Amino acid sequence: MGFYFAQLLTGLANASSLFLIASGLSIIFGVTRIVNFAHGSFYMIGAYLAYTLVSIWSGSIIGFWGSVILAAMIVGLIGLVIELTILRRIYHAPELFQLVATFGVVLIFQDATLAIWGAEDLLGPRAPGLDRAVRIMGEPIPEYDLALIAIGPVVLLAIWLLFHKTRWGVLVRAATQDREMVGALGVNQAWLFSAAFVLGSFLAGLGGALQIPREAVSLQMDLSIIGEAFVVVVIGGMGSVSGAFVAAVLISVLNAFAILIFPQISIVLPFIVMAIVLIFRPHGLFGKPGSEKGAPEEPERPLALMDQKSAMVLFAALGVLALSPFFTADFTTVLMVDVMVATLFAVSLHFMMGVGGMVSFGHAAYFGVGAYAAAMAVKFLGFGMLPAMIFGPICAAMAALFFGWFCVRLSGVYLAMLTLAAAQILWGVTFQWQEFTGGDDGILGVWPAKWASSDKVFFYIAFVLCVGGIWMLRRAAFSPFGYVLRGIRDSQTRAEAIGVDTRFHQWMGFVLAGGFAGLAGVVFAFSKGSVFPDSLGIAQSIDGLIMVLVGGIHALAGPILGAGAFVLIEDWVTRLDYWRFIFGAIILVVVLLAPDGIAGGIQRLLRMLKGERA
Amino acid sequence: MLEVTNLGAWYGRAQILNGVSLNIQENEVVALMGRNGAGKSTTMKSVMGLVRHTAGTVHYDERSILGGTPHAICRAGIGYVPEERRIFGDLTVEENLEVGRRPPRPGAPEWTLEHLFELFPNLDERRKNLGKQLSGGEQQMLTIARTLMGNPKLVLLDEPSEGIAPVIVEQMARVIAELKREGLSVLISEQNLHFARLVSDRAYIIEKGEMRFEGSFADLDENPEISNSYLAV
Repeated sequence: MGFYFAQLLTGLANASSLFLIASGLSIIFGVTRIVNFAHGSFYMIGAYLAYTLVSIWSGSIIGFWGSVILAAMIVGLIGLVIELTILRRIYHAPELFQLVATFGVVLIFQDATLAIWGAEDLLGPRAPGLDRAVRIMGEPIPEYDLALIAIGPVVLLAIWLLFHKTRWGVLVRAATQDREMVGALGVNQAWLFSAAFVLGSFLAGLGGALQIPREAVSLQMDLSIIGEAFVVVVIGGMGSVSGAFVAAVLISVLNAFAILIFPQISIVLPFIVMAIVLIFRPHGLFGKPGSEKGAPEEPERPLALMDQKSAMVLFAALGVLALSPFFTADFTTVLMVDVMVATLFAVSLHFMMGVGGMVSFGHAAYFGVGAYAAAMAVKFLGFGMLPAMIFGPICAAMAALFFGWFCVRLSGVYLAMLTLAAAQILWGVTFQWQEFTGGDDGILGVWPAKWASSDKVFFYIAFVLCVGGIWMLRRAAFSPFGYVLRGIRDSQTRAEAIGVDTRFHQWMGFVLAGGFAGLAGVVFAFSKGSVFPDSLGIAQSIDGLIMVLVGGIHALAGPILGAGAFVLIEDWVTRLDYWRFIFGAIILVVVLLAPDGIAGGIQRLLRMLKGERA
Repeated sequence: MLEVTNLGAWYGRAQILNGVSLNIQENEVVALMGRNGAGKSTTMKSVMGLVRHTAGTVHYDERSILGGTPHAICRAGIGYVPEERRIFGDLTVEENLEVGRRPPRPGAPEWTLEHLFELFPNLDERRKNLGKQLSGGEQQMLTIARTLMGNPKLVLLDEPSEGIAPVIVEQMARVIAELKREGLSVLISEQNLHFARLVSDRAYIIEKGEMRFEGSFADLDENPEISNSYLAV
């Protein structure tokens, strides 16, 4: 009995930190509608800063808590700088574009932290005055855990008072519902956004700083926490602070007990809980209908068929690509396969987001399922290359058929989060199921058939599959099915009113996008000769998002430009020291210069040139 | 005090307003009439800075305000009451009013909570209720009261009589008369000729984004074909 109670207390102590981070994320999303991937970085920086400050003022109780608070305040200040210099400039960009900018910030912070604090994990001191354990029902409980258990509700109360007893808090709550109206009533939104961002960053920094007596400070803290923090925000309801508290407690306590029964489950448990909650409560426990929507957007321009000039440019480019193995070095041929794989992956994601209006944070799931299905078919079922290439996309489409059924019941950020949950569950299974998937070691020896093993021949196989796949997705976008999908994207209610089964169409769009992502995965697996769980990971999904959003979501050429630029820049930059910093900086520059993506930027540039000539 | 000249407005590529001009003098109540989709709301939103793509000029107190942000335009002294009401459903009545509160403005009547609750007695009883718990008529009163908390000199009132019970419409007419008595200027958009005549000094008629009529209600009565072609349903 005492043991279980101790386990409960551990769960509650974990919940406090998670709540601090998630509440900050929720406040930022509620007011600014930004899905802030950099929130995990704020948490990590908070921990590192607190580590340094505590080392300076070691020993005293005031020194410890002063360091924690000061670290959180510095993180709040960093948040302010990011809001003022980057995010403020792109509030009018298409929805989710800010997400790409925050991911650029993540990369920059990763390398900045590495440069300042080094790659070693740092073990902080225990909190003075709270460094022992007390016995509760015979079990030793760290005093610091008890302090954390108290801090969570205290912070919740403080935020509640701030939101209900101050004018600023009332304005924040009003802005969470209708920020445009708050502006029309004379409130400067820019200032309100900055303040919300500072508060959110402060809370993340506080969450990180409070962790130093409990766990080593490491460079992996940022991305390891962000997934869980998103889950907590979504379960609680986007924008709801008390929801975040309930969800943090729910997840942490469930986790504390689940690992007793089935230790491997801790990686995927939060995502399973989120999936279950969202199926029954599509806006989270305390979320409101409409809380998933971003800024009101201008209606999208219809997609235009290509004019003759662009078609000629495209065919010329394709011709050059098709002939490239004959006049370029072998490594360029291999690189071009990477470009084509990434492009097909990005186009399939664009089909889902740009045409289908369904934002996915977990598109890598279907890429990975395609790759793994082909690899396992070769390894365990003795399939040849071509049958495996057919088998892979079918499996990916089946996975999309299963997860898509749940996802299309939701919309906006909630849908995106459920796709993320699906990807994380698949990733967790792949990672843990050593005997079947090879776990972290992956599956090796997935080589093309003998006749296709030269770089040149494989290039043409990849060329046919990828260019053919892109062409088919493009056809689909202009087919009656594509028109219906775009109609649903622009107005679900109107589409329903004219008799369209919107869910069914979105479901089928989901499956189609998943199947072609699987095809990209298959080509990827055979080109590398191996598959690893990374193919299903968050990073792979985010890469896809960056390609689509940076390329430009409102144009069909967007994902093609985005994927090409992404792979080529990544290939060049990863050879350098501190490449994450450089890559992040490049992303920020593109985001700031072309808030409508590369495709939109080029269109604008062309219009400008034409205007000058006229 | 408000001078709109040749105002154009677009949503995406669709042009909604095509050269709208109107003016409002100090302490005047002016009706902007027209059918659904004629451009009444878009005119008000453009003045308020809520439409991003506009052309032409808007001067308020001799200062150009077109292209300004909504909060700057509000702070200059223009209050906006949207047609959809847009009250904050999760905030109490008092909190809704708090969001609209601005410092007193020289030359404009100063509204206190007590004064507003006298004008809208229903709201007084429901101070602690959430916005979403109010009836449609009460929400309409709240959205006007919320705008008055900003102590504006000019109020843009978008379709105040739409979708509320006849007894509340009468109350609304009394409120508008009270605003005029306090010295405010009001631009009110309206489809109902009877209500417009009851509360306003003169009228504009808009159709397909263009002004078709400007003048007194007496002028309008002399030319019944105007109201027949632009207002009759």
